[in-house]
Amino acid sequence: MADKVLMKGNEALAEAAIMAGCRHYFGYPITPQTEVAAYMSKRMPKVDGVFLQAESEIAAINMVIGVSSTGKRVMTSSSSPGISLKSEGLSYLAGCDLPALVVNVQRGGPGLGGIQPSQSDYFHATRGAGHGDFHMIVLAPNSVQEMVNLTFKGFDLADKYRMTSMLLADGTMGQMMEPVSLDQGVVNTYEKPWALTGTKCERKPNIVNSLLMDPETLERLNFERFERYAQIERDEVMYEEYLMDDAEYCVVAFGVAARVSKNAIDEARNNGIKVGMIRPITLWPFPKAVLNAAADKVKAFISVELSMGQMVEDVELATRCKKPVLLCNRVGGMIPTTKNVLDSINKAVEIGGAE
Amino acid sequence: MSTLLKDYPLFGGRAPKRVTLFAGHYGSGKTNIAVDTALALKQSRAQVAIADLDIVNPYFRTKDAEKWLDEAGVRLIVSPYANSNVDVPALPAETYAILDNPDLTAVVDVGGDDRGALALGRYAESIVRENDYEMLLVINKYRPLTRTGADAVEVMREIEEAGKIQFTGIVNNSNLGDETTAEDVLSSQEYAADISARTGLPIVMTTVKAELLPELSGKVADLFPLSLYVKQAWARGV
Repeated sequence: MADKVLMKGNEALAEAAIMAGCRHYFGYPITPQTEVAAYMSKRMPKVDGVFLQAESEIAAINMVIGVSSTGKRVMTSSSSPGISLKSEGLSYLAGCDLPALVVNVQRGGPGLGGIQPSQSDYFHATRGAGHGDFHMIVLAPNSVQEMVNLTFKGFDLADKYRMTSMLLADGTMGQMMEPVSLDQGVVNTYEKPWALTGTKCERKPNIVNSLLMDPETLERLNFERFERYAQIERDEVMYEEYLMDDAEYCVVAFGVAARVSKNAIDEARNNGIKVGMIRPITLWPFPKAVLNAAADKVKAFISVELSMGQMVEDVELATRCKKPVLLCNRVGGMIPTTKNVLDSINKAVEIGGAE
Repeated sequence: MSTLLKDYPLFGGRAPKRVTLFAGHYGSGKTNIAVDTALALKQSRAQVAIADLDIVNPYFRTKDAEKWLDEAGVRLIVSPYANSNVDVPALPAETYAILDNPDLTAVVDVGGDDRGALALGRYAESIVRENDYEMLLVINKYRPLTRTGADAVEVMREIEEAGKIQFTGIVNNSNLGDETTAEDVLSSQEYAADISARTGLPIVMTTVKAELLPELSGKVADLFPLSLYVKQAWARGV
């Protein structure tokens, strides 16, 4: 127990970023992720790093583009409305093929919305983070420990594939306190021959740019980028299965919704209902194969979300609509209760898979 | 709770002052301790109020314990915007009741770190002038930014500077949340003693979750059990 400390999710991800070699943080305060900036403001000066409170979210993401161009590990963080402001920069990061970690500790929306937890930026993160054809690797933690683990993972994958990793947390994950172990062993480093590090008159200058006026070149780069995405979909899918061996019903949930669902599944099992869970840890790439395989075994799926039903579409796509997919949701900062999830499981049993 | 309080009295049985303030590093457990302290004081005092001066973090608040405070007859003084999704730092005029009513026994939950203690500065002069207060530093060895005595004292001095009140005692609330073992509490005593030696402040109580009392009884002085009323909805298992 001696190696564990008690941390808020926001603090834990900040410390993990520093341990993963990030020495540049740019952000702007917004509840419920403000502790990331507060923590970085205390810690970065002590590790010879840079903490800078930018004049806006847009400025912060552009500072990320600048530092990433030089090959350094860099991050920014915000919550839903602030992430919308960063959207242009996310597209530019993709267009420049630059690695970065961007954290979204989601709150209820749309608009300014509220300050309580939400998962309603799922579409934004997995589908439409900005203009143009691109993806981000989207990681969804469900504990403070995973805030740490996935921050390390996010930096690693970003460097490996030269793209943005988004840590898609929610207000609960940011605010809750749990004991964590920060030690993640060896941190991989990657050669970055493309980085702007000064030619020393020994090589041709590197250029980082997303403006490509020649359509043939722009088309080629898009196809090349999507070949990398295809590799990520093959190699980097992460998920956790819970009691799926004999399951007749399958809950699909991530983040805080998965924690509530676990309690509901245990209770349903006490009532004799064979239900399990597939918890996507990467939301992009989405764990399509395991869900499609489950669709041949279970009678129905229940997608539990803090949104009006966004991931539910990916569940339907992944399972080719072979089985009914029910939605159990709360929004606006409300969190599904164990009873909400139990009711949905019971409803799935009632229809028995024949909708 | 009453039977527990006989064996484990507040502040080790020493007489409470009219105003008890809890401050300390962000996330060290001030709010839960403040709520349990107010409920314990209500057993012997007619008029007890708890004031939430935390204008920084809108997520964990005394208002979460409103039901228990109401039932016990403890007056809750809190921003009208607390838990309302209105992200506005504000304190109610009612907060002055702590200063103006000498019959009131008050518990003050100060916000975390120096930033959270800024709001205290506005009430400090009057509290110090009356000189019937206890300003308690809540410490947790397992919080990463206050793992050493030196770091904890640095935070303490920043709070005193911002809040304009000197600390008078220490509450050792070293814990790892749900995973806290008796061993974790025992091994935090050296840390608490170090902070006490550095500051000259007494350790007025060691707060632990009630399940740990049997294992720690007799080994740690001035134990005080916490009920942990303030939690987020998902953790309450509803």
